[in-house]
Amino acid sequence: MNTDELIDVLSTNVERVDTGKVSRTLQIVIISGLILALITGIAALGVRTDVRDPSAFGFLVLKVGFGVAVVLLGSRYLLKHVRPGGETRSWIFLTTVPFVAVMALAGVSLISAPASHWNHMMMGDRWLECLLSIPVIAVVPFAVITWTVRMAAPTNLTRTGALAGLVAGGISAVAYALHCTDDSLPFVALWYGSTIVLCTLAGALTGPRLLRW
Amino acid sequence: MNMVHAKERELRALMIRGLDGDSAAHRALLSALSGHLRAYYRNKLVRAGRGAEEAEDLVQEALMAIHTRRGTYDPAELLTPWVYAIARYKLIDHLRRSRSSQSNVPIEDALDVMAADDQAATESSLDLTKLLTRLPEKNRLAIRYVKIDGLSVVEAAARCGISESAVKINVHRGLKALSAAIAQDKRNEHG
Repeated sequence: MNTDELIDVLSTNVERVDTGKVSRTLQIVIISGLILALITGIAALGVRTDVRDPSAFGFLVLKVGFGVAVVLLGSRYLLKHVRPGGETRSWIFLTTVPFVAVMALAGVSLISAPASHWNHMMMGDRWLECLLSIPVIAVVPFAVITWTVRMAAPTNLTRTGALAGLVAGGISAVAYALHCTDDSLPFVALWYGSTIVLCTLAGALTGPRLLRW
Repeated sequence: MNMVHAKERELRALMIRGLDGDSAAHRALLSALSGHLRAYYRNKLVRAGRGAEEAEDLVQEALMAIHTRRGTYDPAELLTPWVYAIARYKLIDHLRRSRSSQSNVPIEDALDVMAADDQAATESSLDLTKLLTRLPEKNRLAIRYVKIDGLSVVEAAARCGISESAVKINVHRGLKALSAAIAQDKRNEHG
């Protein structure tokens, strides 16, 4: 085929295109993913029963806040990365801020506690449940986000996949936080942090295959 | 450098008019870009130790990508980096598909893609008529009526007995499927 023929085909009856649709759709999908994750979490695990206790409520807010911060920062960069060339001039390392912050807080809380408490502060009662639940709840949000990103045009698939995994992991952490009764900063830093990093790595590894266009 | 900046301004204006539904501006944009893309791909393919004749396939793939994904261009940003990112992405994809060891294309100045122009088009190995036969009928007909025969969307809708928006969707999905069919072919070709 001659290139001029192709240009003829492509430029006959050109339609108007809405350039804001990509971002809008992705935002709606991320919010829908969050709602789906909340429904899954509440239906499968339930909400902790001690929310009236001020200390428990405080930790609930802290854990939800951590997840929301991860989702907001991740989404911000994901919205950039779905457009060609969006990976350049993008301060992607800022997505680590919530992790560093929660690790710093965890460090402070460990230092101010006796060493005999450290083991329980880090392992909590249900580290295994956390380790399994967050990646499992993240699957559906990751699938819907990936499906939407495929319709855009990311040009760095590893990074875009990682960001999709990060957002899905953050969404899942918010959903799990409603149920989780392990109230210590080192627990949040270690188990919430590592499971979200796991989701991010999974996204980075699958991105080049899943997001190809 | 000034020439490149003038080019950016000119092409971006065409792109924005094309996004608004201006067919003539869109045609002018694609014609201008095809020259830059051809020069870019010939240069890169030769450097990767490949034949320059593969360039025309890549030019056409990139043009289809630019057209079908133009909704991902943010009009507040420069056009050149967007075009460059697509051109480079398609080049890497091509080199990877054909199992070249040279799939590491360094990131250069995005202005590179506009630096040279080559209007000497050749035939690509892609056969539009053959590719079209592989699309679902509704998409094939929509592309034939609207994009090849040049019927208006209203006329095409009447002829197909479907709504205008359905025609638009069929054209859009058909072009995307066409891009995908080309990529699929290449993957199979090179195993």
